[in-house]
Amino acid sequence: MLSQESLQQIDREIAKYPPDQKQSAVMSALRIAQVEKGWLPKEVIEFVADYLGMPAIAAYEVASFYNMYDLEPVGRHKITVCTNLPCALSGGVHAADYLKEKLGIDFNETTPDGKFTLKEGECMGACGDAPVLLVNNHHMCSWMTKEKIDQILAELEDK
Amino acid sequence: MLEIEIDGKQVTVEDGSTIMDAATKIGAFVPHFCYHKKLSIAASCRMCLVQVEKAPKPLPACATPVTNGMKVWTRSEQAVKAQKGVMEFLLINHPLDCPICDQGGECQLQDLAVGYGGSQSRYEEEKRVVFNKNLGPLVSTDMTRCINCTRCVRFTTEIAGQMELGQAFRGEHAEIMPFVEKTVDSELSGNIIDLCPVGALTSKPFRFSARTWELARRRSVSPHDSLGSNLIVQVKHDVVKRVLPFENEDINECWLSDKDRFSYEGLNSEDRLTVPMLKQDGVWKETDWQTALEFAANGLRKTAKQNGPDSIGALASPHATIEELYLLQKFTRAIGSDSVDFRLRQSDFRADGFREGAPWLGMPISEVASLNRLFVIGSFLRKDSPLLAQRVRQAAKRGLHVSAINASAEEWLLPVKNRVLTAPSAIVPVLLQVVAALAAEKGVNAAEHLGAAIPATVSDEARAIAQSLASGRKVAVWVGNLAVQSEYASEIQQLAEEIARLTGGVFGVIGEAANSVGGYLAKAVPLVGGLNARQMLEQPRKAYLLLNAEPDLDFANPALAQTVLGAAPLVIALSAFKSPSLLAAADVLLPIAPFTETSGTFVNCEGRAQNFNAVARPLGDTRPGWKVLRVLGNLLEFEGFDQNDSEAVAAEALAEGSRPDLGNRLYGLEFKFAGQTAAGFERVSDVSIYAADPLVRRATSLQKTRDAKAPVACASTATLAAIGVASGARVRLKQGQGAAEVLIVADDSVAANCVRVAAANAATAALGAMCGEISVERV
Repeated sequence: MLSQESLQQIDREIAKYPPDQKQSAVMSALRIAQVEKGWLPKEVIEFVADYLGMPAIAAYEVASFYNMYDLEPVGRHKITVCTNLPCALSGGVHAADYLKEKLGIDFNETTPDGKFTLKEGECMGACGDAPVLLVNNHHMCSWMTKEKIDQILAELEDK
Repeated sequence: MLEIEIDGKQVTVEDGSTIMDAATKIGAFVPHFCYHKKLSIAASCRMCLVQVEKAPKPLPACATPVTNGMKVWTRSEQAVKAQKGVMEFLLINHPLDCPICDQGGECQLQDLAVGYGGSQSRYEEEKRVVFNKNLGPLVSTDMTRCINCTRCVRFTTEIAGQMELGQAFRGEHAEIMPFVEKTVDSELSGNIIDLCPVGALTSKPFRFSARTWELARRRSVSPHDSLGSNLIVQVKHDVVKRVLPFENEDINECWLSDKDRFSYEGLNSEDRLTVPMLKQDGVWKETDWQTALEFAANGLRKTAKQNGPDSIGALASPHATIEELYLLQKFTRAIGSDSVDFRLRQSDFRADGFREGAPWLGMPISEVASLNRLFVIGSFLRKDSPLLAQRVRQAAKRGLHVSAINASAEEWLLPVKNRVLTAPSAIVPVLLQVVAALAAEKGVNAAEHLGAAIPATVSDEARAIAQSLASGRKVAVWVGNLAVQSEYASEIQQLAEEIARLTGGVFGVIGEAANSVGGYLAKAVPLVGGLNARQMLEQPRKAYLLLNAEPDLDFANPALAQTVLGAAPLVIALSAFKSPSLLAAADVLLPIAPFTETSGTFVNCEGRAQNFNAVARPLGDTRPGWKVLRVLGNLLEFEGFDQNDSEAVAAEALAEGSRPDLGNRLYGLEFKFAGQTAAGFERVSDVSIYAADPLVRRATSLQKTRDAKAPVACASTATLAAIGVASGARVRLKQGQGAAEVLIVADDSVAANCVRVAAANAATAALGAMCGEISVERV
């Protein structure tokens, strides 16, 4: 189900906890699985759960609780826009609207070419930089103006 | 001990108690949804907020530990205001569909909304909708009604032992669900219906069939496993609509297994026999009681005269009541035959005549909690005794070490420290090694009668079990159904007794059925040279009395039973149901009442006699079994068949002095173990959970569950390779004359050289004995 490298990474995470508490590694394991697969199909969640010796539903609870885990396929670039209060007050909603218009999709949708997925996110802990957005769960972009969004999209378009 | 004041009343509670415990102790009701005394604390509903002195805000009573001198108000202005606030939030998303909700009238949310809810909602926005989940054939869902108390999640995790439900997503989107497209398959799943404080989880078989206030509630006792769970049977117009647990902390606590809860569907099955029937020239005709009884009485009289009374045998189901079993044996003995037996699925009767008394659990059920070492021999514990397994599971959390030996290592959902997986014929040698290791461990000699059989060398796994048991403070050794039904039952029991003796523990027999103990007490076993259940079939009789038993499904050797009973000149069947095999074998069918339509008594595995009354009128011309037997006694003019009610029969049957005592010891039985003989493969049989008795076999919803799937044969990967078939292939199983075609799948929880195939199923009814040699051929 998962590649040898992913399994090795998961094993390294498991080693951080006592042997009878393997399931403590569930968040890392799901993250590693998602990096490999792009998203988390239920078979992968079940596999991870079995690998950690925990019930599948318990792993699913985790995977569905945190919104950085994707339970459905996403495009090559996932853009998560924060719409919580500080961002909203600083133009987060406008940034999201501009993205929707530019990409021609709504939240939780993917462009027909499979390049972009737009998500609505919760506070990313960088309210001073508002409005913020997150690319592919890893790259944070601050002070989102239209120009900056255009620039980011153009960069991502080429990747 | 801590002193605490609740609503002005002083109460002393143990250290570590919560405010909820203290409130319960003085009888102060604190409204709650997620709190349940048998489950862990979640404090997720917040309904139990109370005012605590010096606390800046209301605190949840269920999760707040008591401190000395604490002052609590459960109904102060602050407390009630907080409770009403919580209630308003809970009702925001709850649909107002009480008139069409099955929970209506017995709903905790509805009840508490009367006291704490507003008459009108201030919430005008859209309500949340949650899609329903398919949890299987027993539990119906209306998830929009869910208040996310997580009682069901905690039940599956903590009590049933396997987390089958979870709370996925978060915040307002949180919902209770099984893992994607899974169902809840636990044998205890029905309890989540009782636990759900709203109408989110309701009973699928009961759905929309009655309102709770229309139902009469009557107490009864479960006729299925050996626990004897206490029931509340709910009846409308003489039809049983639903079965709920009656709380009895000593037996079933507040739980019921699904078998106890949903088997009532079988009561209204189309198979019910409602009129006496006679077979004339091979054709079945309905008749009246007088004709049928006279036919039976005359037939028996004639057989006794022509062939001697010994040519008559009586075979009864261990699910029959004490009254039925007692009168059956009394009647058979009055004819002059001692051939009466209720142990239809057993094949080794060598211990008869050496028994101290009726085999029983050896201890009260409630004492399972205080055990710290348990050795389970030959048992499908979880499926055969779901609630006993549940008790073991709870005890295991508190430090009980469980060891097990069986021919199949099925998942018990509890930690098993030492597990030996071995063929049925090899259980005795392993037990001998355990005895040897224990004797060495304790520095004593094994009992003399075992003498030469004690081996010099001991395997590591046997030693591990011995060490575990030897280190115990309170030890029990239990013998399960596979052991009791095995051909080596007497040796296994002798060794279990010896292991218990060496460890200073208790030797117990778990028991197969509701009256596995009761049958012995009612003396429904041969006592003075009569034939036992096996002999009665191996040495065919001229006439048989069958009590609630179906030839193809209730016997150790169904192939033999069908042949012999089919060929017998006279078979009188007392049964609540008709079945093809009964119609083929019997000559007269007398419709007797199932447990809901007769009064009766069951003696459970701890030796507790529990009597119950009829909860509904008998269907059609059905009559209580004990009355039918009494009238048969009268027709043959026997003495002692003039009891007026079932209480009189029970009193006579269970009178001190005349009935045997409880006791598992075997006195003076020689230990003769011939050693392994099976050359080919050995058959391992379980009686699947929803096939054990005629009633549960007709419970339609239970028959749709995963546990009731058509049987497949299972064998380990190595065994399959030895046979030369692939997993999933179709094979022909053969035992003597009997053969059956089934699928065979790889299952490494089955011992090597064994083929596990369920008994008590139409698909395998053509096979022979439940244990012994079996051959497998590719088709």
